[in-house]
Amino acid sequence: MEIVTATLPVVLPIAYALGMISVFMTLCGYSVLAERKVSSWIQGRVGPNRTRMALLGYIPVIGNFLTRLGLFQPAADGLKFLFKEEITPGHVRVGYYYLAPIVALAPALTTMAVLPFGRYVDADGIAQPLVLANIDLGMLFILAISSLGVYGIVLAGWASNSKYPFLGSIRASAQMISYELAMGLSLLPVFMWAAAPGSEYGMSLFGAVQAQQGGWLIILQPLSALIFLVALFAETNRLPFDMAESETDLVGGFHTEYGCFKFGIFFVAEYAHIIMGSAVFVLLFLGGWNFLPWFADPWSDGLMGTLLSIAWFMAKVFFMIFFFIWIRWTLPRFRYDQVMSLGWKILLPLAVGNLVLNTLIIALYDTLTR
Amino acid sequence: MAKTKVIERKPLTLAEKTFIPQIVGGLKTTFSTMLKKPVTLQYPDERPNIPDNYRGVPTLVKDPNGREKCVSCQLCEFVCPPKAIRITPGEIDAEEETAHVEKAPKEFDINMLRCIYCGLCEEVCPEEAIFLQDVFSSSGYTREEMINHKEKLYELGGTLPDRHYKWDKKKAAEEKGNPHH
Repeated sequence: MEIVTATLPVVLPIAYALGMISVFMTLCGYSVLAERKVSSWIQGRVGPNRTRMALLGYIPVIGNFLTRLGLFQPAADGLKFLFKEEITPGHVRVGYYYLAPIVALAPALTTMAVLPFGRYVDADGIAQPLVLANIDLGMLFILAISSLGVYGIVLAGWASNSKYPFLGSIRASAQMISYELAMGLSLLPVFMWAAAPGSEYGMSLFGAVQAQQGGWLIILQPLSALIFLVALFAETNRLPFDMAESETDLVGGFHTEYGCFKFGIFFVAEYAHIIMGSAVFVLLFLGGWNFLPWFADPWSDGLMGTLLSIAWFMAKVFFMIFFFIWIRWTLPRFRYDQVMSLGWKILLPLAVGNLVLNTLIIALYDTLTR
Repeated sequence: MAKTKVIERKPLTLAEKTFIPQIVGGLKTTFSTMLKKPVTLQYPDERPNIPDNYRGVPTLVKDPNGREKCVSCQLCEFVCPPKAIRITPGEIDAEEETAHVEKAPKEFDINMLRCIYCGLCEEVCPEEAIFLQDVFSSSGYTREEMINHKEKLYELGGTLPDRHYKWDKKKAAEEKGNPHH
């Protein structure tokens, strides 16, 4: 008994982290399925509808329904990646070649440590976030770590020792650096409002959500939201910004030389970035687990309320993932110079202007209300 | 000289320059497509509607009384441009009810690796015995499997309605004492 109580502070966070990773990876698998299904619906097709699992797939009505929805497909996809022959091309730089997928996936999984996904009310009646590590610099941590993801791409391009992957990785890194600026600047006004002097939350994401109990920031700060969203698409290398892959001109971009499980890891990393991006956008601009704009928290304080807050948050995240996919199958890819001019000539000045405007408004507000 | 009319291009409005209304329009289009019924045909489970005059795999047919219509005249064999048809003619047994037809194919092979689906055999057949019907996929593991023998051809062809009953009329006329009907 004593051993249990002694080791609990060590074991419990590990258990929580493992639980969150498994949920997160499952979500990654199912967002791949969502991508395939939504893309096929948008194109007037049916999508994966054949894979059937041994027991679950043969339950009379539900089994057929699940099969038609393709719900067993992610398992088949994952196993396919796992059991394919591991091919390492002869011309690659071997160590870095193996390192690159890991470097791509690790940052995406690391950022989820500071991601609050619900709230509970503690014994004193104060709302607390459900999060692995509730640090004050949450947003800064996410910005810092998630931009490490570009190292995976650069490393993959360089280690492949082949020209198309190299071009793809150079484009991707230039693009990510360009959009990082606009992204960071678009977030400053958000935290200028959310973490006003005297606020107890600092730059934590929980604070941003609590600050939106009044109104959601997508309504109060539409320009910031727009710039952040565009930069988010660029950061996750999604269409219309998928310069890193652009299969029409660069074969497969940085993962041209990757196959089987290593490619699978890149694939999962891409979707992990999308899920993280969606979650951050929901937390910052769509009110997190707050119910509706100007109607914050109708849920009870107990366990049921906690579960409902998680469910509502997840629903919003799913919508954002759907939105990512929806945009992908609507817009064509930008030309490379258009990406650069959009980033440097439009988004960056807009973000700076937005920051100055908000500063002025806050200064005015402070002088008037003093 | 024809007059060309130069249409003036309006400068883009501010809203158009941001592309946002256009993107929203595109999103609407893709979303409305998403709600429509998919156009996919689940092929092996569902089959496409095939028009009557489709030229599929050539088959041999029987008339509604179950008589095989081919009399092994070999016209199709002669007309076949890629020489895909090979017929071995045979006699009909004198005991049979249709003995007055005299001949029927002993063997009837169509090599589907040679067939070009031109339909000349169907066109040339005086007995309306060979038809290119709605079967469009034939497959096999060996070259031998790709040769359709007589049984296979009748299995594929089945029975088609007959407008003439030529040989029944002939027999009836013969019995009435008019052999040259």
